[in-house]
Amino acid sequence: MRFLFKTDYEDDIRLMPHSGYLVTYGVLLALLAVAPFVLSSYIMSQLVFVCIYATVGVGLMILTGFTGQASLGHAAFLAIGAYTAAFLQQYNVPFPVYFLAAGLLTGVVGALVGFPALRLQGIYLVIATISFAFIVEEILARWESVTHGNEGMRVKTMQVFGMAISRDSPTFYFLCLGFLILTIVGTLNLLRSPTGRAFVAIRDSETAARSMGINVSLYKVKSFAISAAITGFAGCLFAHKLSFISPEMFTLLLSIEFIIVILIGGSFSLHGAVLGAIFLVMIDPLLTYLKDDLPGMIAGVASTFGAGKESASHIQDKAAAIASANGLKGAIYGLIIVLFVLFEPLGLYGRWLKIKLFFQLFPLYKRATFKRQKIYVKSERNR
Amino acid sequence: MSYFRAEDLSLHFGGLKAVDAVSFAVEKGEILSIIGPNGAGKSSIFNLISRIYPPTSGKIYFEDQDITQQPAYEIAGLGIARTFQNIELFENATMLSNLLVGRHRHSTTQLWQELLFLPSVRAHEKAHRRRVEQVIEFLDLEVYRDKLISGLPYGVRKVIELARALCSEPKLILLDEPSSGLNVEETGDMSFWIRDLKTDLGITVLMVEHDMSLVNRVSDRVIALNYGKVIAMGSPSEVQRHPDVVAAYLGA
Repeated sequence: MRFLFKTDYEDDIRLMPHSGYLVTYGVLLALLAVAPFVLSSYIMSQLVFVCIYATVGVGLMILTGFTGQASLGHAAFLAIGAYTAAFLQQYNVPFPVYFLAAGLLTGVVGALVGFPALRLQGIYLVIATISFAFIVEEILARWESVTHGNEGMRVKTMQVFGMAISRDSPTFYFLCLGFLILTIVGTLNLLRSPTGRAFVAIRDSETAARSMGINVSLYKVKSFAISAAITGFAGCLFAHKLSFISPEMFTLLLSIEFIIVILIGGSFSLHGAVLGAIFLVMIDPLLTYLKDDLPGMIAGVASTFGAGKESASHIQDKAAAIASANGLKGAIYGLIIVLFVLFEPLGLYGRWLKIKLFFQLFPLYKRATFKRQKIYVKSERNR
Repeated sequence: MSYFRAEDLSLHFGGLKAVDAVSFAVEKGEILSIIGPNGAGKSSIFNLISRIYPPTSGKIYFEDQDITQQPAYEIAGLGIARTFQNIELFENATMLSNLLVGRHRHSTTQLWQELLFLPSVRAHEKAHRRRVEQVIEFLDLEVYRDKLISGLPYGVRKVIELARALCSEPKLILLDEPSSGLNVEETGDMSFWIRDLKTDLGITVLMVEHDMSLVNRVSDRVIALNYGKVIAMGSPSEVQRHPDVVAAYLGA
């Protein structure tokens, strides 16, 4: 086990407390840098989605994880970013300009959503953000002169300073990865400054935050704006990756996917946002694979246990019907969320910390270390 | 003119008069205690001062400035800090970041500077940290620096709340039952610290307290409340002998 001997205030400000971090992240970065030259194009494509989802995850983490304001409307912010990019691209606006515009416009919209949300708490805020998402979805479908309605919009290949960057090229991957890293570093900077601490203070006790001189309303709006802006930037990249966008891509299910990213990853850390994104991008092909192969496997098992040929194929048909049922994906996502909240509330990253501590303390690790305690002294009265 | 004044302060919830035309003044550098039976309106007065509730009527003055209409977050900016009866710390943060939040009213950095963590932000952070360390030393909290609040015992949290209030460098501090839930030894420490606030740091203290021995040890003056009304005011011993106070506590 490593004991940090702190001799300077700098030791608590530094992003990497000791040389171990430098090694770990250095190796990780090196691996990510060589990835496009080693891995197949399918996996690279998935990695780009991981980067985009993780960026949105970081954005949502700022709002939900650190400021404690739940949002089920982030698909709408992503949509606004994506459509801004697609719209401006038609008029030959260069990429850097419409990329910035996508983020800034979404940030402004986020701030506007933040204002009415100031008076709402918990479940009511969730409902308000869902309604916002539905409104945006509806506008995208109806405002045909700008969004081309349900026909959707084609997004042309990205042009940066006369150089075309195709959506499957390593350059595009590096762009997404670079933006993710930039977002993470920016967020970490924010978290070690007064603004980030104010966010956490609002999450844990609004009353106390207010009496410490924090303008709660202003900081909630700031949090909404930052979170939305990051999502808007990601939306621009998302549009380029898909090369075609239409309103039905930005539904409630996508917002729920973002919630899964931060919840499964671990709702109080940026590591969690990245882990959650990896989990989410991985689970989709896995579900598709299960959908195709599971009925056959079940039939195989059934015939092993003595089911006749006819009844085995009957079972296979039934299983296939269930597997391809409408809305099953949503149900599975719901189940995943429920199970994680019940059994691993700190998510994948929380589990990783436990495993790490187990080996650090071996053989002295106690199971009760992470036992949840109920605390009764906090009051909700003065909210 | 008094340093801090409440004039005819009232807080009504429908027909219930939680605070009923209460007037009092706090002189600069004194320790004033508010006592009274449960439900007398002591904490409500604090919540009125820190603007968690808007008063039904009445005025509050601090340093000859009317602060009755100031938004809650500006009260701290004026130099009034407070602690809470039921501890309102930021549970899922370390003690250090809790105390740094106390420095919020002194932070001047802009959002874009913080995103880039410019050298100026770094310098500010270090300056804040130095002030926080002074408070940590003052209240003997060194061992808890990197501990999460959710894992700390009640008595320590109580002290940390005081520390957080001190980090904002207040001129007036409102202590809501500083000794509730503390054992005899911790209460003893608390009474020394409260006196030190006055003598060493020159902070004016307004406190609500049930523990009469603590009140006697530290207070310069005492106000007794019952049913939202002031029933006695004066030195600790005077107030305790006042027939109305005896009646309020023991029944007539």
